[in-house]
Amino acid sequence: MRWERYILPLSILLVWQGLSSLGAIPGHLVPSPYKIILGFKDLVTIGMPPGHLLHDHIRYSLYRVAAGFGIAALTGIPLGLLMGWSSRLRGMVGPLIELLRPIPPLAWIPIAILWFGIGIKSAAFIIFLGAFFPVLLNTISGVVSINPLFLEAAKTLNASEKDIFLKVLLPGSIPSIFVGMRIGVGIGWMTLVAAEFTGVKAGYGLGYMIMTARDIQRPDEILAGMFVIGVIGLLINWGLRICESRIIRWR
Amino acid sequence: MSGISKSYGGERGGERVPVLKDIRYRIDHGKFVSLIGPSGCGKTTLLRIIAGLEKASSGRLFLEGREIAYGKDLIGLVFQEYALFPWRTALQNIEMGLEIMGVPRRQRLGAAIEYVRGFGLSGFENRYPHELSGGMQQRVAIARTLIMKPRLVLMDEPFGSLDSQTRNEMQEFILQVWQQRGDTIIFVTHNVDEAVFLSDRIVVLSRRPATISRSFEIDCPRPRDRTSLECNAFRRAVLEELRKERKIGG
Repeated sequence: MRWERYILPLSILLVWQGLSSLGAIPGHLVPSPYKIILGFKDLVTIGMPPGHLLHDHIRYSLYRVAAGFGIAALTGIPLGLLMGWSSRLRGMVGPLIELLRPIPPLAWIPIAILWFGIGIKSAAFIIFLGAFFPVLLNTISGVVSINPLFLEAAKTLNASEKDIFLKVLLPGSIPSIFVGMRIGVGIGWMTLVAAEFTGVKAGYGLGYMIMTARDIQRPDEILAGMFVIGVIGLLINWGLRICESRIIRWR
Repeated sequence: MSGISKSYGGERGGERVPVLKDIRYRIDHGKFVSLIGPSGCGKTTLLRIIAGLEKASSGRLFLEGREIAYGKDLIGLVFQEYALFPWRTALQNIEMGLEIMGVPRRQRLGAAIEYVRGFGLSGFENRYPHELSGGMQQRVAIARTLIMKPRLVLMDEPFGSLDSQTRNEMQEFILQVWQQRGDTIIFVTHNVDEAVFLSDRIVVLSRRPATISRSFEIDCPRPRDRTSLECNAFRRAVLEELRKERKIGG
């Protein structure tokens, strides 16, 4: 049922508000939902730091994610397709990938700032690192796990290697590519916010906003900001799912 | 087919498993020939070798005097699991081979639509395979193969996944299509009734390693009645031969 998904969040909110109003929860640590809504209003109208309004923070953050994720997709998908197709290439490049993958994107921040300075380039780089590996690995998986039956059917129709790549491997791996993209953008978004803790240019960005709110002891704005981050992440995922269902109509 | 043999394994010191042994046979143009044999005897392997998907360990295949040039000659293969490309509609599946050949769009579509009509798929040409019934999917698969006008049509238990009623319908369908076109068909099945109903000749393969045990000429006039005495007689003969094969294996 559609409405069932709202039962749990609403119950939590009601219980929370109740306990806060009764004073059972320390208000300076955990603001009541009502206070958080007020905090949200302040973020929108006054801004944190004052003058830097919420919608501008959102804009900057989204811009950084779009840049980093865009590069991750533009490099990860083609490389993934080629690596999926050629076991030789997989063998040559794979070990390097597996070495780099466990390094958390955030661990790259110091070197990124050294290389690119503080700004969109270093931010995009960090997000790229977060998004690239899921995109690459899922694309490879998509190609490698194509039912060999389809390859054989194509061969019996006298398909060349190029035909097989373009007409079988590519369309067949699109679902996996989308999975990789959704995971990649999700990780990219999370990474971004954390990366913004350590420094942003021009003082804009959701991560930066939350950090500033902490600096001046506004937990209501912190939580309101976190909620916004969660909602935007949800919307991005949702948006990709819609794209996916428009493009993949064959399941 | 001349002296076709095939073994698997043998690499890394493993056991060599001979599957086919010295298959020697000649099929006449335009005939419908069934390959039948005990389960696992290698009939699918033989078909795949003819199709070019696998290589024989030894022996050669000739088509009208010359060896088959895979990649140029088109040997059609209809799979038991249909193998339709799920991301393509029925129509797009049918025209796939022509697309690969580079046939221009309008011609491709024209030819494909003809097959859609002729095979009773009108109205479903823009559906995806998962939206089609088994019988329809197989018809699409057959159309996809036949539209290429292959030198040879191979069918690997194409109706095995269908319920028995649809199966009977599809048998009549394939006979109709064959009689209109005159393709040379090699049809693998383990269903004796099906083989007797459809074929000009039935080739019985032995157990592994398979050789040709016997070949039956089914000179029953068409259209055939599944329940006729003549059909029954042939059925009995083939079943008997298969029974012998099983006994020999123990």
